[in-house]
Amino acid sequence: MKLKFSGLAFLLLAALTFNLQAAGRDYIYAVGSSTVYPFTTTVAEHFGKATKFPTPKVESTGTGGGMKLFCEGVGVNHPDIEDASRRIKPSEWERCQKNGVKDIVEIKIGYDGIVIAYSRKAKPWNLSLKQIWLALAKQVPDPKGGNKLIPNPYKNWNQIDPKLPNQAIRVYGPPPTSGTRDAFVELAMEGGCKSFEWIKAIKKEDKHKFKEICHTIREDGAYIEAGENDTLIVRKLEADPTTLGIFGFSFLDQNIDLVAGATVNGIEPTFENIASGTYPLSRPLYIYVKKAHVGVIPGIKEFLQEYTSEKAWGDEGYLADKGLIPMPEEERKQYRKVALELIPLKSP
Amino acid sequence: MNNEITTAELIAGTVKKRRAREKRLKLYGIAAVVAGVILVVILMASIVSLGYKAFWQSFIALDINFDPEVIAPGGIRDPDTLRQADYGLLVKRALKELFPDIRNRRQKRALYRLVSVGAPDVLRKMVMKDPDLIGTVKTVWLPAHSDVDMFMKGYINPDEPESQRRLKDFQLAWIQRLIHENRLEKRFNSLFFLSGDSREPELAGILGALMGSIYTIIITLLLSFPLAVAAAIYLEEFAPKKNFWVDLIEVNINNLAAIPSIVFGLLGLAVFLGFFGLPRSTPLVGGLVLALRTMPIIIIASRSALKAVPPWIRQAALGIGASKMQMITDHVLPLALPGMLTGTIIGLAQALGETAPLLMIGMVAFVVDIPKSFLDPATVLPVQIYLWADSAERGFVEKSAAAIIVLLLFMLIMNALAIVLRKRFERRW
Repeated sequence: MKLKFSGLAFLLLAALTFNLQAAGRDYIYAVGSSTVYPFTTTVAEHFGKATKFPTPKVESTGTGGGMKLFCEGVGVNHPDIEDASRRIKPSEWERCQKNGVKDIVEIKIGYDGIVIAYSRKAKPWNLSLKQIWLALAKQVPDPKGGNKLIPNPYKNWNQIDPKLPNQAIRVYGPPPTSGTRDAFVELAMEGGCKSFEWIKAIKKEDKHKFKEICHTIREDGAYIEAGENDTLIVRKLEADPTTLGIFGFSFLDQNIDLVAGATVNGIEPTFENIASGTYPLSRPLYIYVKKAHVGVIPGIKEFLQEYTSEKAWGDEGYLADKGLIPMPEEERKQYRKVALELIPLKSP
Repeated sequence: MNNEITTAELIAGTVKKRRAREKRLKLYGIAAVVAGVILVVILMASIVSLGYKAFWQSFIALDINFDPEVIAPGGIRDPDTLRQADYGLLVKRALKELFPDIRNRRQKRALYRLVSVGAPDVLRKMVMKDPDLIGTVKTVWLPAHSDVDMFMKGYINPDEPESQRRLKDFQLAWIQRLIHENRLEKRFNSLFFLSGDSREPELAGILGALMGSIYTIIITLLLSFPLAVAAAIYLEEFAPKKNFWVDLIEVNINNLAAIPSIVFGLLGLAVFLGFFGLPRSTPLVGGLVLALRTMPIIIIASRSALKAVPPWIRQAALGIGASKMQMITDHVLPLALPGMLTGTIIGLAQALGETAPLLMIGMVAFVVDIPKSFLDPATVLPVQIYLWADSAERGFVEKSAAAIIVLLLFMLIMNALAIVLRKRFERRW
């Protein structure tokens, strides 16, 4: 009897499989950055409630992991939308093209600030980009002088600058798969690195070497990778007020009673400062849409309409409540046009 | 003679020592049990003390005027018009009526944010269900915004400086007024049990994940139980002893049971999604992957249950002329079944708590709609806990704990079922 039963289960499964091959998918499927995830899911929820379409499914895979899935091909098994906390890389673009994903619509949705946060229990932190780089780079210029790089010797903050506290350098931050990490490296690390004239000069001669010097984060335990879990970093900061944490502005905004953001080059990470561009660590966020799926998967056009509407991404839209920094009105108009007319990206 | 006395003395001399040793062993055992119990109590206390609060939630009573001009202009009442009406406007009007002297734009926005963004949907559902509401005025309890809820539950300290709070002084004044007028109170949170995931903590519910878990477990059970029992019967009753291939299979089954579960996820990704092209994020694929994970556990449990059946039962059955098939189905299986069922339910309970393999097949996703079949995108309970624990909004902290309580209850029910089944089928010989 048992054997018959399992045979039945198998038959059922086989039948299902064949059915599935023919069936489509009637909901939108998005993947990508964990930073954009809260925004896309919020839009998805509003979209699902206010229209007759099913609520889109959103997976949080990290920008890199999402690009891999997104560029795998065209068809119902592949995602329609990619959330990205950085622009698509040329290598990813090429992979997309190779797999038949030709027309990709790029929509900038707003800005996000990267904050260097500390516990409210600690004294306020004021950092400069140069200090951040010296604290976290794998190799730094020899403090004794000369144009020579040595492995990062700094153990405590006050060794970098006597004004900083006498505490061990311990910073929680995202892993290399994260777009937040890419942006942090590009904005903060490179920004600080460039403050050394002779390193800046290398950029002209050998771009590769420059990147290696500026973009490599130390691996001796001062920088602690905390996975893609920003809540975890907030808890760690609470538990040990001598540590710092790197994450997106929306987490600071939601946990303002527990953590505060360090000023960078003297500028506080506030909504206004990030929106106006004076805070140095702000980066644009994007979504990428597969044009070939529009019209095949129902609702993509309507979803983009919702995403780019003023009530979503406007100055007072619901995404601003979730911590997204809106674009200036001019830019919003431009990208709404791109979204509604589905103007594909020419090249990355 | 002399010798005998010394031996007796020797033994008498060691008695004390041996008794002390025995006592120490007993004490170690008790200490281990006590330590285990304390840890469990701490764990449960921390989860329950945090999670039970999520079962109650703040609601605000508003006098909603179901204005026909807003809901169904021109008197057309077909479902499409009713669905698309601007219910947010009704909520805003009701709030404005309560606080007529707020003119400032910023303050108005803050005022509307006292109520959850899901409030219009509550009204939409009410009207869709009963269109006769149109044209009436009714007091409706609408879910409050999570920040208000956090304040009501004591997570926001009004004594802290204003800039370090998510609620400003003027908002707190409104809240005090609402409490004073009995318009703001904590009520049983039925939304938590009746809705799917949401980005807003006050709207997020567990039903979507719970249904996902149930669908996944059904697939797992249907697939792993018959296969595993059949495999166990063959290996125990039919397979030749001392055969190289049988030994190899045995070693592999034991190995499989010990493999980290994420490996099964990778296998699922390559085989079920890649080769068979089954849809991502569905309970069907989740169930298939978890069935692979559970099967070795059930096989091992079933085999030891079969081994525990005394050989004389088999010999007696064969002796009075039963065929091997009859011997197994009529005598051995009924006796081994309680053990098999226990093993199955333990395996399933473990599968219920898996997250890692599901990550690979896309079940770690934001899914709002409650899955209605094995092919709808879904998440499962542990994944929901993970997703909520990872969210920025403070309200999700207690939601995660509440979801853990639900998961534990689910497990408790399954384990109770295992005990009941065992008691029912248990036979003595």
